[in-house]
Amino acid sequence: MTVEKNKIEMDDGFSEVVTLGIDDPLCLTSGECLSSFKIAYKCWGTLNGDKSNAILVCHALTGDQYACGQNPITGKEGWWPKLIGPGLAIDTDKYFVICSNVLGSCSGSSGPKEMNPETNEPYGLDFPVITIADMVGAQVRLIDYLEIDQLFSVIGGSMGGMQVIQWAVDHNTRVKTAIPIASTWRHSAQNIAFHEVGRQAIMADPNWQNGRYFETKNRPKAGLSVARMAAHITYMSEKSLTSKFGRNLQDREKLTFGFDADFQVESYLRYQGISFVDRFDANSYLYITRAMDYYDISAEFDGSLLAALDNTPVKFCIMSFTSDWLYTTEESREMVRALNAVGAQVSFVEIEMDKGHDSFLLECPEMFNIISGFLAAEARFDGSNSDE
Amino acid sequence: MNEGHNTHRASDIRIDLLLIANMIPEGSRVLDVGCGDGALLDYLRKKKNVDARGIELSPEGVKDSVSKGLSVIQGNAEEEITHFPDNRFDYVILSQTLQAMSRPDKILNELLRVGKRAIVSFPNFGNWRVRLHIMLKGTMPVTKSLDYPWYSTPNIHFCTIRDFVDLCDELDIKIEKGIGMDSSGSRMLFSSMILSNIFATQGLYVITRD
Repeated sequence: MTVEKNKIEMDDGFSEVVTLGIDDPLCLTSGECLSSFKIAYKCWGTLNGDKSNAILVCHALTGDQYACGQNPITGKEGWWPKLIGPGLAIDTDKYFVICSNVLGSCSGSSGPKEMNPETNEPYGLDFPVITIADMVGAQVRLIDYLEIDQLFSVIGGSMGGMQVIQWAVDHNTRVKTAIPIASTWRHSAQNIAFHEVGRQAIMADPNWQNGRYFETKNRPKAGLSVARMAAHITYMSEKSLTSKFGRNLQDREKLTFGFDADFQVESYLRYQGISFVDRFDANSYLYITRAMDYYDISAEFDGSLLAALDNTPVKFCIMSFTSDWLYTTEESREMVRALNAVGAQVSFVEIEMDKGHDSFLLECPEMFNIISGFLAAEARFDGSNSDE
Repeated sequence: MNEGHNTHRASDIRIDLLLIANMIPEGSRVLDVGCGDGALLDYLRKKKNVDARGIELSPEGVKDSVSKGLSVIQGNAEEEITHFPDNRFDYVILSQTLQAMSRPDKILNELLRVGKRAIVSFPNFGNWRVRLHIMLKGTMPVTKSLDYPWYSTPNIHFCTIRDFVDLCDELDIKIEKGIGMDSSGSRMLFSSMILSNIFATQGLYVITRD
C-alpha cells in the first residue's frame, strides 16, 4: 500500500481533516474524478502494534464524525454515545475507533458547501453527484492514510449500514467483520419516493437559488425544514408517535381553528425541522439522499445479490428492528438469506423495539449486547486459539 | 428447548447433546435447527472443527450464540430452512424441536434437502409412563421436561417412536441409526424399536435419503 504525502490540518480544533487524492485522484461512480478532497474524521482509543483493532463507524444521512464524546458544534453528545466509549460495547479501551464525515456531507469533508479548489468558491451543484460506493472509496483512502491494512470491523446503521455492506462487497480483503444495522442492500421505491419529497421541498424554496444560496444572504430554510419533517416521520413508528403525542394539544386548552401548531406532534416536527437547518446544508441533503437512492449493491452484478456476495470472506452480524418500516426486517432477511446461500458467515437478529427506524440510535441494551458479544468473540479468535 | 444454559466450558454440554455430538465426524458442515444458546455448535466447533451454523427463534439464544462466535440467524426454523441451498450441510440437527413444528413431515424433508444426513431427537409419547398417565388419569401428561398444559404448549405435534419410524417409511427416508434414551438423556441398552417405544423417554434418529 502506498501512503501519499498529505498535510493534516486542524479544523478549528474540532476534528482532524486530511486532504487526500492529490497524487491519485478519486474517480467516482459517475466517471468524474476528484483530484483532491478533504475528509474530516475523529478517532478514539489506540491503534495496537499489528494494527488489528481498528473499527470504522459509518454515519447515517444527517450524521457526522462526532459519534461519541461531545459534538463541538452542537455542544450535545455524539450520536452513538451509549455504544462507543471506555467499557462500552465498542470499547475504546480495546479498539481503535474511527468515524469520518462522508463525502458530500457538510461537517468538514468535501461536499457542495466546501471550496472547490479549482475555482476557489463553494462547489454548490458543481460538486459531482456521488454514490455510497464513492463515500466508501473516500474512506478507503483515509484508511490507507492511517496505514491500516484491514479493519477489524465496519459498523453503521441506516445509510451507515449501506456503507458497511459496500465495504464488504467492494473491499472484502480489507474488512474482517461487518455489522450493518437497520439497513438494506438496495433503496426501495418507497425510500426513493420519500427522498424525492424532501428534495422537491428544498428545490421549491425560492431561497435555494439553484443551489447557489451561498452567494446570497438567505438559506433555503423552509424547504430543508420541510424535508426534515417529512423524513423524521419515516424514522419513527406510528406507535411511538401515538405514545409520545397522541392527539395532545400544544400549550392550549382547545383547538384554535387556525393553522398554528395546535397539536404537540406538529410542534415537535416543526422543532425538528427548524433545529435541523442550523446544522445541515441543504445541498448536502440533496447529494446524500441521491447517493442513497442510487444505492443497489446488486447493480454492478446484473442485479444478482448472490453474485455480489459470492465468496465473501467477511463475517456478518446483521440486525433489524421490529417497528422499522423504512428499512424493514424483510430487507435485512433478504441479505441474510443471500449470505447463507453463498455459504458466508452470518448472524442475524430482529430486535423487538417499538421506536421505528431510529431505534438503532436509541438506548437499546439488546443491540449493545449483541455487538459487544460478536466483537469480543471475533477478537478472541483473532488473538489466540485458546478455547476457554 | 434449551435447558443447558451457563455452559462455560465446551465439555460441559448436556448428555443428550453429547450423544449427538459423538455421531458427527470431524470437519463436517453442520446446521443446528433450534440451536438454543449454541452449546452443541460451540462444542462441535471446538472439539470437531466443524463448520457450524444455527437457526434459533429466541433473540436471547441468538445473542448467546453470537457471543460464542457462532453464526446463527434468528427466525422461524420452518421458514428459514427453506432459504438454504440443497446439500449445503453434511449434518442437520433437530434436537427436541420436531414436536414444536407445524408440519413435522415437511421439516424432515427440508432437513434432508439441505443436508446429507439429519439427526433428530424428540420426546417419545409411547413411553409407558405417558401411556399409564393417560389410561389412569385421563388427562394429557405434564412432565418435568415438558411442563406445559395442553392448551398453551408449544409442543403441538407429539409422536411416539413408532409414529416417527412410520413417518420416515412413508416419506422414503432411510433410518441409519435409532437410539432410545432414558430420562437422563443417556443411551438405553436395547436396540429394539418396540422396546424403545415403551421404555425410552426420547428417540434419537440418524436419517438420510442416500
